[in-house]
Amino acid sequence: MTELLDRGPERADPIPPPPPAPSTEGRRERLARLGRFLRQRPGLVGSALVIVFVLLSAFVPGLLAPGDPDFAVPEVKLRPPGTPGHWLGTDYLGRDEWTRLVHGASLSLEATVVAVAVALVVGGLIGLLAGFAGGWVDEVLMRVVDVMLSIPPILMSLALITALGFGTFKVAIAVGIASVASFARVMRAETLRVRSSVYVEAARSVGTRWWVSLGRHVLPNAAGPVTVLAVLEFGLAILAVSSLSFLGYGTPPPAPEWGSLVAEGRNYLATSWWLCTIPGVAIAATVLSVNRISRALDGEWGRAR
Amino acid sequence: MSLPYLLRRLGFAVLVLWAAFTVSFVVLYLLPGDPVATMAAGSSDGQPVTAAQLDELRHRYGLDQPLIVQYGHKLAAALHGDLGTSFATGETVRGAIADALPPTLQVALCGLAFAVVFGAVVALVATYTRIRWLSQVLMALPSLAVSLPVFWVGLMLVQLFSFRLGLFPSVGARGPQSLVLPAITLGLPPGALIAQVLAKSMGQALDEPYVTTARAKGVGAGAVHLRHALGNALIPALTVLGYVTGLLLAGSVVVETVFTRPGLGRLTVSSVGVQDIPVVQGVVLFAAVVFVVVNLVLDLVYPLLDPRIATAVPA
Repeated sequence: MTELLDRGPERADPIPPPPPAPSTEGRRERLARLGRFLRQRPGLVGSALVIVFVLLSAFVPGLLAPGDPDFAVPEVKLRPPGTPGHWLGTDYLGRDEWTRLVHGASLSLEATVVAVAVALVVGGLIGLLAGFAGGWVDEVLMRVVDVMLSIPPILMSLALITALGFGTFKVAIAVGIASVASFARVMRAETLRVRSSVYVEAARSVGTRWWVSLGRHVLPNAAGPVTVLAVLEFGLAILAVSSLSFLGYGTPPPAPEWGSLVAEGRNYLATSWWLCTIPGVAIAATVLSVNRISRALDGEWGRAR
Repeated sequence: MSLPYLLRRLGFAVLVLWAAFTVSFVVLYLLPGDPVATMAAGSSDGQPVTAAQLDELRHRYGLDQPLIVQYGHKLAAALHGDLGTSFATGETVRGAIADALPPTLQVALCGLAFAVVFGAVVALVATYTRIRWLSQVLMALPSLAVSLPVFWVGLMLVQLFSFRLGLFPSVGARGPQSLVLPAITLGLPPGALIAQVLAKSMGQALDEPYVTTARAKGVGAGAVHLRHALGNALIPALTVLGYVTGLLLAGSVVVETVFTRPGLGRLTVSSVGVQDIPVVQGVVLFAAVVFVVVNLVLDLVYPLLDPRIATAVPA
């Protein structure tokens, strides 16, 4: 009985949601359209390739660089890029820069994923609660969010690191908490938008319980904008995590993390340019690609009909 | 300017400051971690620390009292401008911040100047030029600039201008020469932000009917751009100034480390390193104060620039 009632509103919705336009398109047409779309956007294709490459480095580093990132050969230290066997050169201990870069990707990416996940879950819950409860709960939560926005994120992260201690994982959590505010705002706005829509009102009027309409209507409809924000936040989190690692709050030295690789190379800036330059290029390329993809997700496909 | 508008803004500013104090207190004092143990271990040169010594230290800093009492004491002291004393140096937090402020202010002002010039030039040229590729390159520049890690930009500038070309010193804070590279590094992200916002609002302003009218009357393209459109495009660009101040303050943490300059950023980095909670809280509060003051000033300036704002019904 309840199940019948729960399903009811979707059929009884007086204004059916507009059917997705490309339903008449065949698969072949869709593929052709995708081809056109991508051909006009070489930057987007490049960005996707960069991300695939970073993901490969993070999950199967052995595939791209089979060596040990901590394996040092003192005889070949500080060789420039192009040295046989070390195409990106070696560092001050004679460790292969390429191997360290590839293996560093997993640490950097793990930290970033944790940071975004923390921000998404905590911020999403705050926004959801504020939007759903309304009244004074909304008022209080949103004022807290306003205050969090008035403190620069890196100072917020530094305060959290002071309390939590050092380490990549703790840095990631600190970065995540510091960026909770934007997720809370977007999630709240989306919750309010969906909650006031006719089909949710209809659902409520036939007796759908609030958590059912939460799971069936609010969350799926809020997912789009929140995903765009999450991808964008991913880029910011890479920058924040690498900055904090550069400052020395991340992993202790032997582990390769992109920010700490730059920090290690700093002492050899005058003589060995590649030690700082290359990991920085990796960070910048990843962030640029992520931002480009976030822009594509933000309705570019839909607009480009 | 109406008094209620002023009072409402002032009330909100006070609320934000109180909340910033509370949030930083919760983060720093409620989360796990024993600052006293860290401090004692750091100052005793490897000698084992007895429990009695720890208790004595806790008592001296008031850390043995219930949290709510500590909160009350600290809030009351903060209201009198007393932010406590540093765990690491014993100096007052207010003194430490006051000492560190001038060099940071120097770089931040130069950075701000660079940001404004960079942002304005990029946005104005990008919306003015008819050369398609130039406008596209300029429009892409800001999103490129915000994707680069700040510390890396600083190191690259040092590499190029200090080590290769020998134009500017790489580290330290001696003379105006040493300000150039830090200011560019610090000003780049806020400059990109200003460029983005100004380019967008210039685009909107140039679509307005009064621009068409001015053009129809025969006003030159440059005059339309600067005299008619820019004035109206400035207000949206001003709104990001509060955010820009935050970016400058946050950037100083990284920039002062890269260029080995003294200042607020260095103070923060070293205080986090030794878990010097009062100093970290002081810096966070200082950032909140700066944010609040900048936004308060902006709120007071808007009605002067655009009389519609003062009479508008508050949201």
